[in-house]
Amino acid sequence: MSSDEPQQTIHDSTAPSTDTREARIGEGVDDRFNSRLREAFGASPFILTKFDEFMNWVRGNSMFMLQFGIACCSIEMMHTYAIKHDLDRFGAGVPRASPRQADVMIVPGTIVSKFGPRMKRVYDQMPEPKFVVGMGSCTISGGPFQEGYNVVKGAEEIIPIDIHVPGCPPRPEALIYGVLKLQERIKNGESSAVVVKPYELEEFGDLPKDELVQKLADQIDEDDLVMRYNWADSP
Amino acid sequence: MSTGTESEVESELTQPASGADEAELEALLGDRAIAREEHLNAPGFVINPNDVQAVLSDLRDEAGYDHLSCVTAQQYEDRYESIYHLKKFADPTDELSIVVPTTTENPVSQSAEPVFRTADWHEREAYDLIGVEYEGHPDLRRILLPETWQGHPLSGDYDQEKPQLVTLTEHQNPIQPDHREADSDTMFLNIGPHHPATHGVLHVETVLDGETVADVEPDIGYLHRCEEQMCQSGTYRHQIMPYPDRWDYVSAGLLNEWAYARAIEDLADVEVPEYAQVIRTMGAELCRIASHMLALGTFALDVYGEFTATFMYTFRDREVIQDLLEDLTGQRMMFNYFRVGGVAWDLPEPREEFFAQARDFLDELPAKVAEYHDLITGNEIFQTRCIDTGVLEPDVAKSYGCTGPVVRGSGVDYDLRRDDPYGYYDQLDWDVITRDGCDNYARVLCRMEEVEESAKIIEQCLDLLEEWPEDERDVQANVPRTLKPDADTEIYRAVEGAKGELGIYIRSDGTDKPGRFKIRSPCFSNLQALAEMSEGEYIPDLIASLGSLDIVLGEVDR
Repeated sequence: MSSDEPQQTIHDSTAPSTDTREARIGEGVDDRFNSRLREAFGASPFILTKFDEFMNWVRGNSMFMLQFGIACCSIEMMHTYAIKHDLDRFGAGVPRASPRQADVMIVPGTIVSKFGPRMKRVYDQMPEPKFVVGMGSCTISGGPFQEGYNVVKGAEEIIPIDIHVPGCPPRPEALIYGVLKLQERIKNGESSAVVVKPYELEEFGDLPKDELVQKLADQIDEDDLVMRYNWADSP
Repeated sequence: MSTGTESEVESELTQPASGADEAELEALLGDRAIAREEHLNAPGFVINPNDVQAVLSDLRDEAGYDHLSCVTAQQYEDRYESIYHLKKFADPTDELSIVVPTTTENPVSQSAEPVFRTADWHEREAYDLIGVEYEGHPDLRRILLPETWQGHPLSGDYDQEKPQLVTLTEHQNPIQPDHREADSDTMFLNIGPHHPATHGVLHVETVLDGETVADVEPDIGYLHRCEEQMCQSGTYRHQIMPYPDRWDYVSAGLLNEWAYARAIEDLADVEVPEYAQVIRTMGAELCRIASHMLALGTFALDVYGEFTATFMYTFRDREVIQDLLEDLTGQRMMFNYFRVGGVAWDLPEPREEFFAQARDFLDELPAKVAEYHDLITGNEIFQTRCIDTGVLEPDVAKSYGCTGPVVRGSGVDYDLRRDDPYGYYDQLDWDVITRDGCDNYARVLCRMEEVEESAKIIEQCLDLLEEWPEDERDVQANVPRTLKPDADTEIYRAVEGAKGELGIYIRSDGTDKPGRFKIRSPCFSNLQALAEMSEGEYIPDLIASLGSLDIVLGEVDR
């Protein structure tokens, strides 16, 4: 009988089957909601923990990453998100395009002078608590470009970094390892101290009036934000 | 190259020219050519800084040099110099260098921008990094470094240790300063530098009139990693080769390495064994497929926000290629596999396994390409987004110095693999793909068909490698431990990278490091055409046009 013809007969009862739910599930919770964790709890569906620990556990297992591509490493980062490596397996596979929705920022590439203030701004826009994974040698020290006139000698000059993943570029497996290590740290409630970094955004008017500042005085307003790179002091 | 004394100049002028063409050029330039130079790739004419526009427009209109491939600026002890590397789209082996010296005290030279639109950005870069000023340039600002930068880093007396200030200020609407006014009808929109559709850290300053793009200005330099400085401070033999991998980092490493390898091998007169050339050709084409796959995947992402299907499919195929390349070179992305005079090592053992894996990939490719055509190019929504959007007319493309799939999508039949043969390409059977559509769709199709052509090349290379006699498998020529090309030898050599013509200019100064190392990046020139393609169109078409240009910021900014 084809489905577009009206059905002529109703064989079974049309009474609401309210009584079957218990019968279907049987004792205890619904099988479909069961898990190893649930089994471990046994008969008691309650656990007692500290709220902080619970929150850290939740944070570690659901990290929203910032979609942030800078340089070569971002290609390997895309491979990490994509098929085969699939970072989503670890609850960290939803790249968010807006920093305001993200918890974790992977810095995948060389930071140069022009980009430094922008990266700082993007980092500042992320809500607390926030974590940073530095991907590749460039975020550690400037990597192969360390000697460059325009290259910031490591992302840590500008923002705090929780995990460094070395490599040029690191393999996707290495990045996954770094992300897992970060999860571990978050679950334990550890993060890098946020301290004042060598390169900060400051108002132009607050800078000491040295030769460079005086030279630029007619180009930059007093209350414009600037980042001052003291290359000679860089590591 | 030093122009030397009067008598030397005279003797150079009386040298037998390499063809009748040079006599014609001499006649065309007349008194405006004040001296001659010989570059390894091309004859050079020295002209006065005030004659640039007249000479270049004569050369373009009368002699057919319609491709300003690159502008190199450099500082000597006694002068600045700008070199305009000219070519013909019809025959890129017909090259010409126009050398424009200016004094150190007053480095002002006429701008070539009115003749070749591409000179706009090239001259801004020369001003930014070297400090040559171009008179008559419409907008001579810094391009790679922040506007508040002090000094010109590749000029002679630059002190890298000095502090620098970089501002973080709001960008101004160039058309209307305050778009919040009640009677204002344009809106200023920053796209980037952190934005998923810009393929990296590009910043596009856009002015919108309603949903129509009124003005577009790409702002680059957020990934300017001083690649030229790095190459100038490395030795020819081993220290430069790792850097090309990081220009166009979308797995196009071997294609880039070839650009350097070709330039230095021609400069130092190194003959590469044929077997190594076949390996190079195969590896380079694998890279091209990987690169085009990424272009396709991210383009689908841009055009219909497809993170789940097309993007993942292209990455699946890239993973296969990266595995193959890893077997070959030892690295997934930054191969550092080419050596001056060959490649680092032979194919991996057991060879049969490598051949089998490579052939498996090639066997599966046609089905995959058909799948892409089903998913992408046959998709009605995709076609609506792409056909007749981002139109780039062939003449405009030429004037902007566009190359690669961008210019081939506009119907210009220009591919250095065929027109200026290197490696093993001239002995293999394959075709150059061109499309007449001039739109985003044509560029995408061009890339997809190039993937199939690359597969043909790889297949033939595999056949050759399989049958190559075991005792003739030389992977490297005998190259001295230290390379010191003669002082003041200059060369400009280009190869067909994944994005287009990737050229390198090297001037040797007698040491084991280059005196000047200039990179001509295809993306840098291609990106310039963005304004031409998207002004007057809708904002989604701007995103599609940007995606179809397939830029890589590592190569744009270098």
